Formats: sequence, C-alpha cells, structure tokens
Amino acid sequence: MKYKIQTSSLNLHYGSFHALKDVFIRIRPRMITAIIGPSGCGKSTLLRCFNRMNERTAGVQIRGHILLDGQDISQTGNDLTQLRKRVGMVFQRPNPFPLSVFDNVAYGLRVHAMKKGAAVGKAVEAALRATDLWDAMKDNLHRSALELSAEQQQRLCISRLVAVEPEVLLMDEPCSALDPIATEHVEELMRVLAEKYTIIIVTHNMQQAARVSQETGFMLLGELVEFGQTERVFTNPADKRTEDYVTGRYG
Amino acid sequence: MTTALTQTVGLTRPKTTRFNANPIIRIVLMLLALSAMSGLAIITLFIFKEGVPIIAKVGFRHFLFSSNWYPLEGEFGIFSMIMGSLAVTAGAMVVGMVFGLGCAILLTQFCPPRWVSIIKPAIELLAGIPSVVYGFIGVAILVPFIRDYLGGPGLSVLASSIVLGVMTLPTITSISVDALQAVPRTYGEGSIALGATEWQTTYMVILKAARSGIVAAVILGMGRAIGETMAVIMVAGNTLDVPHSILDPVRTLTSNIALEMGYAAGDHRKALFATGVTLFVIIMILNTIALTVSRRRSKGKVLAK
Repeated sequence: MKYKIQTSSLNLHYGSFHALKDVFIRIRPRMITAIIGPSGCGKSTLLRCFNRMNERTAGVQIRGHILLDGQDISQTGNDLTQLRKRVGMVFQRPNPFPLSVFDNVAYGLRVHAMKKGAAVGKAVEAALRATDLWDAMKDNLHRSALELSAEQQQRLCISRLVAVEPEVLLMDEPCSALDPIATEHVEELMRVLAEKYTIIIVTHNMQQAARVSQETGFMLLGELVEFGQTERVFTNPADKRTEDYVTGRYG
Repeated sequence: MTTALTQTVGLTRPKTTRFNANPIIRIVLMLLALSAMSGLAIITLFIFKEGVPIIAKVGFRHFLFSSNWYPLEGEFGIFSMIMGSLAVTAGAMVVGMVFGLGCAILLTQFCPPRWVSIIKPAIELLAGIPSVVYGFIGVAILVPFIRDYLGGPGLSVLASSIVLGVMTLPTITSISVDALQAVPRTYGEGSIALGATEWQTTYMVILKAARSGIVAAVILGMGRAIGETMAVIMVAGNTLDVPHSILDPVRTLTSNIALEMGYAAGDHRKALFATGVTLFVIIMILNTIALTVSRRRSKGKVLAK
C-alpha cells in the first residue's frame, strides 16, 4: 500500500458551519506529514477525522471517505477502540492521567488487554525507552505523572501511545505548551519515531513544519489549498494563498 | 487633557486621613471565627465531662463490649447499639453509594448536560424533606413490604439502611457530580483517543481523578447517616440485641439517646452522655480513615523485572 491514509471528497459540517471542504489528502507511511494553516482553518478537525474523534461532538456531520490501509474507517462501525488503538493521538496540552507514571503507560495495555503480568512491565519499559524517558523515570515509576515537567508529561503521553503499538500518530500542536528547548527535544523524538510510525502533525508554527516534516499540507478556511513535499511547499508554492502564508503575509 | 487630569488626580491623591476600619473588621471577624470554634470546643468538653466519668465507673471494656443495657439496675453496656449504628450506617452507605454515585456517573458521563441541570436540583430537593417524613414513609410502606415479602418484623437494619441511604442521596449525588464535573475534559479525551471505551474511561481515569471529591461526598453522607435519629427510631425497631441479619431490628446510639433522655436521671443520664461520647469518637475515627484513604497516592504496581 503506497498510502497509509487517503481521503476523498471529505466534507465536515458542525451544524451549519462547513468546516472541511472536499478535502483530498494522501499520507505516506513512515514519514512526518505536517498540516499548517491559520487558526480555525480546520486542520485540527481534519486530524480528528482520522481517529473519528469528531463524532463525539454533537451536531457533526461527515461525508466522504477516509481510507486507512485502503479500508474505509467509517466501515469499522462502532468498533472505534480498534481504530483508535491503530491511530493514536497526542494533544496540545500534555494530558497524562492522574495516575502513576507506570499506570499511565500501562493504561492502553490494560484497556486493550494486550499484556499480562511481567509482560506489562517489559512493555512499559520499552515504551519509556522509545521516548527516552526510561533513565529519568525508572526510579520514579510510582510518582504521580502530574508531578513531571511539561516536556516529560508530553513524552509520557507519547509513551502511552507507543505502548499499544499503533501505526499512526496524530499530533495536535504537540509542542505549543512547551518551551523552545523542550520543543527541540520533542521534534528530535518525532524524527526517531517516524522510522516506525506514520506521523501527522498539526502546527501553526511554520518553522516547525519545515524542520520536521517531509510533506506539508496548507489549509485555509476548511480547504486543503496545497499539498506536497515540504521543501517545495515552502520554497516554491503553487498557490498564491500558500505563498502569502508561508512568506508571513498573513496568518 | 485626559493625561493631565489623571496625573493631577494621581498626584493629589490624599494621604489617608480617613478612619481605617481594617483592624477593627479583622478583630470582629476573628472573634466570630473563634466563637464558632469555641462552640465546638464547648460541646466537646461538655459531653466528655458528663460522659467520661460514667465510662470509668462502669469500666471501659464493659461499657463498650457488653450488650446488657439495664439502666435501672446500673448495667450500662452499649455494644448492641454500637453494632446497630455501624450496621445501619454501612447499609445506608451501600444504598447511598450505589444509587448516589451511580446517578452522578450517569449524569456526568452518559447524559446530555441539560439533564444534569434538571435532575441534580431534583435530587437536591430530597434534602429539604424533614426526616420524620422519611420515617413515616418507611413505616407506612417499606416496613410492611419487608415484613410481608422478606420476613422478620419489618422494622429492621434493612429498612433503616434504605431510608437513611435515600436521605444521603442528595449529599452524595450532588457533591459527586461536582467532583466529576471538575475533572478536566482532557483526561477523558486522552483515554478515549487511546481506544478505551466510555466505561473504561470512567472507572479507570475519571473516577480516580475525582476520588478525593467522591470520598468527601461519602464522608458527608456517612455523617448524615450515623447522626440521623428521627427516621431511624421510626423504622429500626429499637430492640437491644446485636443484629444477626439485616432483617433484625436494632437500636442505634442516636436512637438510644433520643428515646431515653426524656426520663433519664443520675447515672442513666450520664450513660446517655457517654453514648454520645462514643458516637463522637466513632465519627472522628470514620472521618480520619476516610480522609487518610482519600489522601493516599495512587500507587502503581511494582515493575516486574
């Protein structure tokens, strides 16, 4: 399968507000795709289509198709748990659960009944190693996750996803609550994770998109205006609106 | 013009020649606060002063662990009433928690928010019903029902537990709803996005996050249940035996005081104060336990190596 996720004529309405207009996007596997655009352009909404989180909001109507590995995800019916296990999400504000570090990472394993007994401990260690948290956390596994720094919390949230072995990581402005140094660390982590996972990051930080992603989509007022290789989108945009945005003329 | 004006005002702001009321208000408020506290202290002192000597006279162990309560012969053992109070309170907590917490979870997690704004005040209205009315309904409907369908005299631990449980519902439901609503939405979203079901999210994350508030709700409910008197007198049967089943009648510590205070004198009267001391200590112990439990950190399992 050439594309991990594909959409065709994806439309989304919040009540009478047309939030996504005929979005056609193709996400390649095991690389980082960035979606940029000004606030309210629908980029987070698009991201939340991929794990069907929008459907939790009242008054949302979705038309069109979203294919994950060639299969329409709306066909999964009500078994959203499997979809969300495959397509994990990192939020804007780090949101570790008010549990211990260990229980945070083990949470997904328990929810999906994936591992038992000693295997849980092994999986937690592996997940914490994957986000470079293990050395700092191995003696603090029973501390409350809420006591960690913002960066550690965000890493922990990523560990929590990695533990359930997803295929796609959706990141909704994962660095907006972090300072520049922590941001750099998380970006570094994303590059490492991209070797195994398909990552889609929504950001309104254009430099970040340029730094980490291989492909970039630019959205405006619910439309995917432009999509292509990051370098081309930033240096030689095909659409006037993209050019205006990436050169900082508005947004 | 405007700048000039504000500057003038700023410059000519008068030095406070006005009478400064702050220290006086502070002292008045302090006195008010102290008098509230001293009320507690005086009540405590008084019941201990009245009650403790008789406990010493009867013997601490005899008083607490004997079931012989024959005031006229100078026999004061309140074991059956302690058991009665504990049984009735435990039963009420089961009823109150199952229904109160269940209702709070339903309202906050699985209902449209509009329902909460209708159902929560309705449940809170239960608190306005006088306890004698609860007792009356208990005697008129619940007690005959239990007698006819479950056996026993009807006046029983079960009847009291149900009546008291319903009486604690407004407290438990309303405080639990507040606690659950205070849990940040992001916790739930994170869990759902990880593939957890709504129910897994509720009991593995939301309830844990709201735990201290829920424990507070239960403590307050428990306080109401163990201290309630009128409704219990009406439905508990008030016999002086240690209950062996939930269908047996019981007398609680509070009922004992209320039933006998009217005609008690001398040691008997003092023994009733001693009953109050016991109630006081039991409530303190229960509250301390509950607070300790709520403050204890969530401990993860030890990593298997």
